Amino acid sequence: MKSVELENIVKTYAAEKSIVTAVDNVSFSVEEGELFGLIGPDGAGKTSIFRILTTLLLADKGDAKVLGYDVVTHYKKIRDIVGYMPGRFSLYQDLTVEENLNFFATIFNTTIQENYDLVADIYRQLEPFKTRRAGKLSGGMKQKLALSCALIHKPKILFLDEPTTGVDPVSRKEFWDMLKRLKAQGITILVSTPYMDEAKLCDRIALMQNGKILQIDTPPNIVNKFGKNLYAVHSENMFQLLIDLRTFQQTASCFAFGQNHHLTLTEDPLSITELEEYLKSTNHLNTTITKIEPEIEDCFMQLMKSPSPKEIIQ
Amino acid sequence: MKQLLTFLTKEFHHILRDKRSLLVLLGLPIVQLLIFGFAITPEVRMANIAILDNAKDETTRLIIHKIENSKYFDIDRTLIKNEQVEKAFKTGKIKAAIVFQQNFQNELMHANKAQVQIIADATDPNQAATLINYASAIIMDYQAGLNQQNKLPYTITTETRMLYNPQLKGAYTSVPGVMGMILLLISAMMTSISIVKEKELGTMEILLVSPMKPWLVIISKVIPYFIISLVNVATILILSVFVLGLPIQGSLLLLIVSTVLYIFCALSFGILISTISDTQQAAMLISLLGLMLPVVMLSGYAFPIANMPFILQVLSNFVPAKWYIIIVKGVMIKGIGMEQIWKELLILLAMTVFFLMISIKRFKIRL
Amino acid sequence: MSSEIVIKTNKLTKKFGDFIAVNEITFEVFKGEIFGFLGANGAGKTTAMKMLIGISKPSSGSAEIAGFDIYKETEQIKKSIGYMSQKFSLYEDLTIRENIQLFGGIYGLSNKQIQKKSNELINKLNLQNKADKLVASLPLGWKQKLAFSIAILHDPKIVFLDEPTGGVDPITRRQFWDMIYEAAHNGITVFATTHYMDEAEYCNRVSIMVDGVITALDSPNNLKKQYNANSMDEVFLTLARGAKRGE
Repeated sequence: MKSVELENIVKTYAAEKSIVTAVDNVSFSVEEGELFGLIGPDGAGKTSIFRILTTLLLADKGDAKVLGYDVVTHYKKIRDIVGYMPGRFSLYQDLTVEENLNFFATIFNTTIQENYDLVADIYRQLEPFKTRRAGKLSGGMKQKLALSCALIHKPKILFLDEPTTGVDPVSRKEFWDMLKRLKAQGITILVSTPYMDEAKLCDRIALMQNGKILQIDTPPNIVNKFGKNLYAVHSENMFQLLIDLRTFQQTASCFAFGQNHHLTLTEDPLSITELEEYLKSTNHLNTTITKIEPEIEDCFMQLMKSPSPKEIIQ
Repeated sequence: MKQLLTFLTKEFHHILRDKRSLLVLLGLPIVQLLIFGFAITPEVRMANIAILDNAKDETTRLIIHKIENSKYFDIDRTLIKNEQVEKAFKTGKIKAAIVFQQNFQNELMHANKAQVQIIADATDPNQAATLINYASAIIMDYQAGLNQQNKLPYTITTETRMLYNPQLKGAYTSVPGVMGMILLLISAMMTSISIVKEKELGTMEILLVSPMKPWLVIISKVIPYFIISLVNVATILILSVFVLGLPIQGSLLLLIVSTVLYIFCALSFGILISTISDTQQAAMLISLLGLMLPVVMLSGYAFPIANMPFILQVLSNFVPAKWYIIIVKGVMIKGIGMEQIWKELLILLAMTVFFLMISIKRFKIRL
Repeated sequence: MSSEIVIKTNKLTKKFGDFIAVNEITFEVFKGEIFGFLGANGAGKTTAMKMLIGISKPSSGSAEIAGFDIYKETEQIKKSIGYMSQKFSLYEDLTIRENIQLFGGIYGLSNKQIQKKSNELINKLNLQNKADKLVASLPLGWKQKLAFSIAILHDPKIVFLDEPTGGVDPITRRQFWDMIYEAAHNGITVFATTHYMDEAEYCNRVSIMVDGVITALDSPNNLKKQYNANSMDEVFLTLARGAKRGE
């Protein structure tokens, strides 16, 4: 049985004078025990999908099932068995760590003791602060507490909506390690994130933009589908280099990418020598051109409806 | 049951940990009652008044002397013409004017009857009433002194005129008014804010995606404020009996039963507000505009309903506080029983049911 | 990038009671540099930045921002810097043009200048058709680009960016960085706090704060070499793992 199934889900909202399609005919499924990621920027439709699956929102069209239960007709059943961590920090700031956990255990008709083994790993890190109010915790700690609260009733499936937004790298790393351990215990996890570098930590990902799925596959497969040679180009004057690369005849795409610019060419690999010549002629110093493996972010940009070159140069 | 208890514990944690709000919740009724309560019996000292003595004889001189020597009045100006009275009031310097008729002594001695007019600025109705009472008392005192010496009773008729607010209704509504207002404020506003807060925090999302029944959430939200309201009722009643000296004339039980009904009404209104607002700010605004203003303006608490334009009089019927204030006034001050107030109780009950029904209808099991 | 120094701190410290939020930080930032100011939650980034932009008084130490002293000349500092944060930057219920005019006015530009600058900016961002629409109606990425443009509207010497690009799609994010590059190219120093390490890779130099102290300061490449790491993420993890604070 598939843990999550969505078929042709459409969700629209009425905004001022216009209708915004938040989820545009989305279908995908998540296998049991899978760590599945929805990757995309704000406005991609991630939160709407989460809310539809957690029975908080009704889709305009389409069917969705969680663990075989329909999200509309069997919403009560689903509410009993899923764990959900909404995008915002949604715990009581004026209650202590322990009180929060106790509270969520009780409303799910269970106790901390009963399912302690599941959260033990995470909760042990929180234990020294159990009498501290949740509002006084750091971002990383809040997130661990929220995860503990979502796990306390031993859900079969976890929905985590942007759990790592606004959290520092150390806590993010720890968080993903925790997800791996939970996955090892057989819990299905559906997680969303706007950060492309987290994509490779999932079993499978759906790249999303403007309510549509651009691609669904495993991260290695998505990288393989990039289908072009990607070059990292560097010189002393990166701003001038960006302008020069974009004016180069055979440039297909060129984006600043941290220390380097990532470049694809129209007639690859023929023109690479030409590019070297060209850069020499434009007085760049210490130029390096290295062929590199694309990252998920490169793939995402390739899949996005490319804006006109003029718009980029602006 | 465990769920409910845990939820309640959490609610009390919220309330008890927010010390400042708690202080306001419990202290507000006391402050309000003391401010408004003492306004019922304002002690007026040395109020500026004007005298227009059209007679200028021995008797009027004696009465004026008596007034002047009292600690209540200070003669600010002496007028000569009737027309000056109005002008004197317009200056805002005087609170009352005393006008003696022509040939005062003659009339009193020969017709056994003379007239004095006391005019008060009733923009502040409580103060006006007090001033008139004091002035009449002084004149009556003088009259009593005269009548001791004479066989024939002389009568000085005092004609009183309230300027600007002739009926003076609404003078004794402080206690019922404060109760009507405070209970509504705490029950409706605080309940709605505390429910909406969960929406705003996002915790409502988690609660909805849990086996917790939505109505349990609501009940747990309502109970703490119900209790605080009861504490407030007790505070108000104790203060009004022992500090303001306003005894409860009617049945205490009836008063409490109607108060509980009114609290339910307010709580259900609070739930209704929570179903239509998404932010605490909105809930607060709706509560203030939708509850406080009508209660203050339309319940007869601050302004007499009888003086309102027809439209507002009609509108006032939809304000629960109006009916509650009628009940409290009746039971507390007049000492009337169930047979006179059953209609008002029924109206409150109907309103409660109405609010609850809309709330249930509007309550969303989803976002 | 030139060798002209625009930010210079010397043992800058901020204490809250016994708690030392920022502990004797000393560093320099050059004109036209893109400087990444990194640190974990609670490392003291925000407190340090508040001192640099003149809204929080240091407990000890000294600093000069654009040549002005952070104790005595906070007003001059405020005139010579721009500021953009992710949380608040623009008034959503004003139109694009109104926002530009408002901030132009706040920074004391003349009406003529404001007029000229708003037209330039609107043309540059390709917002001609949207100039009179509410900012609320713009997609997040456009808001950020607009906010950045407004932050440098008065040609400040330094622009401070507080976690600027969260949640935007990769291409819009690139466009945003293009603008930052351009500003730096034109001599504006960019001082950005972030805890996203891929953003750090765009900077000329980065500093990493741990428990109130700057523990590393160099170009991303040098740091990666120094810590034998493949990415800034790894560098950061190595350094910040030892953090005591942040709970």
